[in-house]
Amino acid sequence: MLFHAILAGLVFGLYFTLIGLGLNLIFGVMRIVNLAHGDFLMLGAYSAFWLFALLTVHPLVSAAAVFVVFLALGIPIYYLVVPRLQLSRDSEMLSLILFFGLSQIIEALAAIAFGASERSIPSRVLGAGSARILGQGVPISWLYSGAVSALAVLFVYLYLYRTRLGTLTRAVMVSRDEALATGIDVDRVSAIAFGIGIALAGVAGVFAPFMFGSVTPPMGAEINVAAFAVIVLGTLGNPVGTALGGMIYGISLMLMQTYLGSWSNLLPNLLLIAVLLVRPQGLLGTKVRHA
Amino acid sequence: MPNRAFRDFALVALPLLAALAVLPFVYSNQLLLFNFILFLTLAQGLNIIYGFTGFLPFGYVGFYGAGAYGFAISVMHWHFPPAAALAVAGGTALLFGLVLTPLLRLSGAYFAIANMAAAQALYQIVSNPALENVTRGPYGVSLSGVYAPGPSYATALAVLAGTLGVVIWLRNSNFGLSLRAIREDRISAAMAGVSVVRSRTIAWLLSALAAGLAGGVFAWHISVFYPEAAFDFSIGIFAIVFTLFGGAATLAGPIFGVIILYGIYNMIGIAVPQYFQLIYGGLIVVLALFLPNGLTSLLTKRGIRVP
Repeated sequence: MLFHAILAGLVFGLYFTLIGLGLNLIFGVMRIVNLAHGDFLMLGAYSAFWLFALLTVHPLVSAAAVFVVFLALGIPIYYLVVPRLQLSRDSEMLSLILFFGLSQIIEALAAIAFGASERSIPSRVLGAGSARILGQGVPISWLYSGAVSALAVLFVYLYLYRTRLGTLTRAVMVSRDEALATGIDVDRVSAIAFGIGIALAGVAGVFAPFMFGSVTPPMGAEINVAAFAVIVLGTLGNPVGTALGGMIYGISLMLMQTYLGSWSNLLPNLLLIAVLLVRPQGLLGTKVRHA
Repeated sequence: MPNRAFRDFALVALPLLAALAVLPFVYSNQLLLFNFILFLTLAQGLNIIYGFTGFLPFGYVGFYGAGAYGFAISVMHWHFPPAAALAVAGGTALLFGLVLTPLLRLSGAYFAIANMAAAQALYQIVSNPALENVTRGPYGVSLSGVYAPGPSYATALAVLAGTLGVVIWLRNSNFGLSLRAIREDRISAAMAGVSVVRSRTIAWLLSALAAGLAGGVFAWHISVFYPEAAFDFSIGIFAIVFTLFGGAATLAGPIFGVIILYGIYNMIGIAVPQYFQLIYGGLIVVLALFLPNGLTSLLTKRGIRVP
């Protein structure tokens, strides 16, 4: 049972890494708290649901489509909102409020359009039954989600460390003002990072029906806390840190569910508070965040 | 500046309190008026911490819930009279505030998120079925033994008066000035001799106390409720939005915010919640982008002093 919990925790950890990845990118580059992250994830989940229900599109195809569409959607949202926001005195705080408003808009529109009932995609679409790994059964749909998550981490890592745009993005992460002074087109770099962040949330959403069983319009709020716990555990701006945070989160969640059932929903909150108080720079961080 | 304080009181607080005291005799929906008092108290309580120190507690409802359950537990288990139970309610919220005081070391978004997580954690503990013997878990509490709509309404009004008094004091005292100095520049304030940690801890606890007492009178007035009602996340968010909409760090701003927005909510929000959610989400976005200092900033920009 312990072994199974750890194995399932690793798979869930990969998935939670994917959930935190987009949020981390946006916060790292723009110092913006995207409280609508969970709601973009929910929109991704509904896209996958409708694509499957109406056109029987395979979720892996939906994931690719969602990535492209959400990327194209995120960039105009950036230009509409963020440059204006960054003019204000306390933009980090104001972003929290603004994106909370955006999350309310998305949630309300989703509730009006999709209704409040729970939606799910049968997991056999991704392969029936479960694979045996080291003598433990793990549902195949979970393995798909884990694999896509691992690919996404790799993608973000390669983007940040192996492309020119990624180098510029990291420069903006370190210091927005200095990046501006050296002539980097900060708005363009940030807009692309914002788009990728939203697109990653959408892709995570495609697999949400398989990992959580079903999806509803208000699911975003809970996802947000989990995503924050993951990125605060790891380190801001560092996709490897997010992966570490995701793993710790996934494994401890599974262990709590196995041994302390009714208290397991406390975990993300307690983990978040504890890390913020004890090690605010995250597990891999070297620089103290302005705490 | 006692004259200014008196003017703030006479121009804003007194008419509001008088209207709320008289209205139940001419308007029959006492519950609606009671809810207005609660939100006025919560918005001003939030104003104490957010308006004057800049810390935004996203889980402000945690203190409200702590107060409601402090009241409920002391009535259910120890059979306290309402006045004593209300003191316990305030004490519980203060205790929760003290436990969370280390969060004030965090800044900006980290504080807001940690506070939100703390409020959710408290809700999950209170509503856990394993604690049924203490909090009645998810099954809700019933305090019908102390139910008294008249006295609890009057007490809610007194709590509101006290909270308004604190805000008037902060606006017109050296202590309030030192808080605002910390908000603008912590290091300069410390160099000017302001005790940063002590001042913001006091503001934090005052803010917690206001919400705890509001939660206590809520428990008394409603007397039958579920944990979801006492820890409803949107209560704290409403308080934030009302305060921002009117204008933080003023006395009149949050009052305008509550009367206008909570008024709209009662007109359309209950019948079609999704549409209200849509409108108020849009309102928050527009506010954050175009009017970050609230309605009253339209006047202060033109040099008019808003109480």
